[in-house]
Amino acid sequence: MQVNQALKDQVSKIPLAEMDVSDPLLFHNDTVGEYFRRLRAEDPVHYCAKSPNGPYWSVTKFNDIVRVDTDHKTFSSDAARGGIVLGGIGAPEEANAMGGLEMFIAMDPPKHDAQRKVVSPIVAPHNLEALEPVIRERAAGILDSLPTGEVIDWVDKVSIELTTMTLATLLGFPWEERRKLTRWSDVVTASPGNGIDSWEQWQQEMMECGMYFKTLWDQRVGGEQSYDLISMLAGSPATSNMPFNEFLGNLILLIVGGNDTTRSSISGGVLALNENPAEYAKLMNNPALIPGMVSEIIRWQSPITSMMRTALSDAEIGGKKIREGDKVVMWYLSGNRDSEVIERADEFLIDRKNPRQHLSFGFGIHRCVGNRVAELQLRIIWEEIVKRFSKVEIVGTPVRSMSHVIHGFTKMPVKLHAR
Amino acid sequence: MPKVTFIAHNGTKNTVTVPNGVSCRDAAVDNDIAGIDGDCGGVCACATCHVYVDPAWLDKVGRAVEGELEADLLQFAEDFRETSRLACQIIVTDALDGLVLNIPAGQH
Repeated sequence: MQVNQALKDQVSKIPLAEMDVSDPLLFHNDTVGEYFRRLRAEDPVHYCAKSPNGPYWSVTKFNDIVRVDTDHKTFSSDAARGGIVLGGIGAPEEANAMGGLEMFIAMDPPKHDAQRKVVSPIVAPHNLEALEPVIRERAAGILDSLPTGEVIDWVDKVSIELTTMTLATLLGFPWEERRKLTRWSDVVTASPGNGIDSWEQWQQEMMECGMYFKTLWDQRVGGEQSYDLISMLAGSPATSNMPFNEFLGNLILLIVGGNDTTRSSISGGVLALNENPAEYAKLMNNPALIPGMVSEIIRWQSPITSMMRTALSDAEIGGKKIREGDKVVMWYLSGNRDSEVIERADEFLIDRKNPRQHLSFGFGIHRCVGNRVAELQLRIIWEEIVKRFSKVEIVGTPVRSMSHVIHGFTKMPVKLHAR
Repeated sequence: MPKVTFIAHNGTKNTVTVPNGVSCRDAAVDNDIAGIDGDCGGVCACATCHVYVDPAWLDKVGRAVEGELEADLLQFAEDFRETSRLACQIIVTDALDGLVLNIPAGQH
């Protein structure tokens, strides 16, 4: 990996006390890695006293992150205490007529446990076996429809298209309207000036999303039981009587979880391979490396940069005293570059030895419920890509998302070269 | 050294020799036993080393303790049963020589 000396010098001069790694610009211009490198070396559990998102701790090393993620009794995810995202999700509470979205990722046991158990069977391994040929056919269809030798936007044409199709299938969502899912997923994490114009617009679009799903829900409550997420939520005692904000919250969780993340990894893999031609050559010579490469792409991209917790009592992490009520951000993106745990962590290596040992899915009871669906989609799309194209070549500068949470791309111009 | 047998869902048996003090998760990963991923590195954080303890061994191995992290994680594992444990939490000793662990169908 190239070290940008000018950036390194610049970052080294920032007083640690003033460092705020939650600035979305650092992710948009892809400089945050250097900030994390410095924190891991000099102040791995770092306190930022002042930021637009309020004061917070940054946990930047692999083992410290695992320690926080697995101690759900000390570190709460409860929305009422601040939830899971530094700075919150969506409109500020006072502007939010829906009373705040509630989702099981932002709950503590026992409520979390009951709701998660309803959802998890749909992404269980036996169900995924049935999903594999469906995803493969769609992936093939998407790739076959693309022109070679012309500039196209990989994010829109492939990453969004495939993940949206999969999500529409899991939800039993009306097929022709599936891009609504993409839009809603984007709106959830948008803010005024960044994807939307105002919080009123955010609220209006989320309400539209809610009403749409309410209609689907009402149709399915009394109707035929089919094996889709909405029917499962409508049919289970743990979830069938959810208040509206909880219903919408859980659907939005599944939309964002099933959409932004895999989308970002599908794009991120193309970038990583373009930046590492030797790895691209390894892949083309030996497509059997794809399953391991998929895990490596997910580590490399870390599509969710971080998750936040709130300390329920005083605690110690890496020698630092955390006080009750403090916000603690686990930076998966940083822990995934921790060379004390991951060998040659700064290198993208598609045949590394323990590719599954990464933080991108989180650990503990909130670990990503859909991780196998993510891996399945990535594996299939790459199997189908290498059959068809000698290279997916990046021909312009990719545009990164303006977000300290969603680590993705809004545009990635590529040219496809036929085999 | 003690021996531990892993039985895959399709019935394939793999018996491996495990030094005292090593976890069954590490033994499985070190011996490339399919179906035990152990994504978290063996620190009771991911539930990808879920096994069913042979009922004859359950008393010796013990059960996951209600309210502790292992039990919290196991409740979300695919096809959780009374005999479910996480292999990373089973540390091999001479007393467990001959232990038999079954690997769930869902774990590839």
